[in-house]
Amino acid sequence: MESKRLGGQTIILKNRPKIISNSSIVGQKESQGPLGEFFDIVMPDNLWGEDSWEKTECRMLKEVCERAIEGANKKNTDINYFFAGDLLNQIMTANFTARTLGIPFFGLFGACSTMTESISLGAIMVDGGYADNALCATSSHFCTAERQFRYPLEQGTQMAPTGQWTVTGAGAVVVSNEGNGPSITHITTGKVVDYGIKDVNNMGAAMAPAAVETIKAHFEDTGRNPQDYDLIVTGDLGRFGRELTIDMLNKEGYDIASRYIDCGCEIYGEEQDVQSGGSGCGCSAVVFSGFILKKIEEGELNRVLMGSTGALLSTTSTQQGESIPGIMHLVVIEKGEG
Amino acid sequence: MEYLKAFVVGGLICVVGQILIDKTNLSPARILVIFVTSGVVLGALGIYEPLVQFAGAGASIPLPGFGNTLAKGVLDSVNQEGILGIFTGGVQAAAGGITAAVFFGYLIAIIFDPKTKR
Amino acid sequence: MDAIKQNKDREYQKYVSAKMPKTNILRNCTSAFLVGGLICVIGQIILNIGRNYYNLDQNSAATFTTIVMIFLGGILTGLGVYDDIGKIGGAGSIVPITGFSNSIVSPAMEFKREGFVLGIGAKMFTVAGPVLVYGIGSSVVVGFIYYFFVR
Repeated sequence: MESKRLGGQTIILKNRPKIISNSSIVGQKESQGPLGEFFDIVMPDNLWGEDSWEKTECRMLKEVCERAIEGANKKNTDINYFFAGDLLNQIMTANFTARTLGIPFFGLFGACSTMTESISLGAIMVDGGYADNALCATSSHFCTAERQFRYPLEQGTQMAPTGQWTVTGAGAVVVSNEGNGPSITHITTGKVVDYGIKDVNNMGAAMAPAAVETIKAHFEDTGRNPQDYDLIVTGDLGRFGRELTIDMLNKEGYDIASRYIDCGCEIYGEEQDVQSGGSGCGCSAVVFSGFILKKIEEGELNRVLMGSTGALLSTTSTQQGESIPGIMHLVVIEKGEG
Repeated sequence: MEYLKAFVVGGLICVVGQILIDKTNLSPARILVIFVTSGVVLGALGIYEPLVQFAGAGASIPLPGFGNTLAKGVLDSVNQEGILGIFTGGVQAAAGGITAAVFFGYLIAIIFDPKTKR
Repeated sequence: MDAIKQNKDREYQKYVSAKMPKTNILRNCTSAFLVGGLICVIGQIILNIGRNYYNLDQNSAATFTTIVMIFLGGILTGLGVYDDIGKIGGAGSIVPITGFSNSIVSPAMEFKREGFVLGIGAKMFTVAGPVLVYGIGSSVVVGFIYYFFVR
């Protein structure tokens, strides 16, 4: 059998599965950011008429999934697999959305790395011929994440300068073996990396080494350079994590600064009072499906190295004094027909 | 003058808390626990009461004041009732605050809903 | 292997703390001073009202003040104002008794959707519980020491 593997962590998708549709939804704060105009749906408020924020998040994910399926001109029954995850305990949002959609479902937990994790798996399924269409999605909500990981909303607290604001947003894409859209050509799967950072207000620093190691592994596996990409993207490292990543990759001999963005830095403006930037599964999900895919379709970008970064902590691990493990998964997205 | 004293002393106690937060990254819950406990200790040693006499609400409104009330209550009760006072004095002295917190806390939680941050 | 990993971790942690954006402690302390001081002034006004209008003795006036301040902190939390005060004031809004009240009302409200017993009833003590445990606990220790060794 012909191997599709490339080096230690990368695979080539010879059949070039395509992202044939995408959908994104955000809250008010995100819509007021610099990328506001790119998102498909903007919720009028963070509750959206539901009884609880958890229900709102479920509805957000359901909404983007249905829109993505609709946008691909498919029906739920045409979708062979649904890959999704979120931040809540027992991935509540994804499970409850899958309950509504009725599509064979693999639930994922990769914290904020879920977007590229789900795309990786969906693309592998399609490339291998095990699926014609796969739906890949994730979501996060400021209020549900805040109460699970931090403090009640009305508690008076200050954000640390390295603190990050959880994005209220959900994104979904349909990966397919036929149709038009940007292709997925390579996948580099990340390892869990932990350099012993324990400060929950400093996720950027906890995840930056994972980003550095996966990007480095990708370049080593493929023999490519930063210059081979129009854009290199990380998920939610924030301003501080971005700075660390550029610096550390420089030391490894890769200069990415001129072609590198972090979704967490892009989604909010400086004046929006979010300290280091955005975070959450929704962060890379909406920036990718709302902004980057559109830029590829419009021809402004040709080849993008897309990563979502995740901090794999739980409130239990934090309370027991454990450090914060990080992970990043990369996918290569190319414009054009295969 | 009374108000100035309350302002300065109360403000300074809060500055101690702010330095703790910024230097050690302690969560609000830990800050409150540390302040109440140190209030109990300072109250028991007789250091905190003079500060309350001097600054009034400036010393009694910050959480160490609550600790001081607990400590004072225990010492007074032990003097009057002996060994039982160890168990009754603290909560007796702080009963008003504790009950108000539970009652108002419940009531307000029933009436209002939390709103998202801007 | 373990030693090498530990070294690498320590080096990275040192690198991170060297590059960390610094908290503006002076500015934070100034606003904590102002907000905390102001809350205490309000407390003092209430204390004086208790003394002068209701002719309360010192202990009762203090209890009266505590109850009113707890109510004020709670109602401001309910109205969604206290978290904004907290964002500016930091410890200036946490350390006063109104902050204690905020720490009770905010989780109680937040977890109302999880029910009246395990939601409000249990969660209202997530922060207040530890405060009472350590406050009352240490007062009992003080009582023991006082009874057996001092008196």
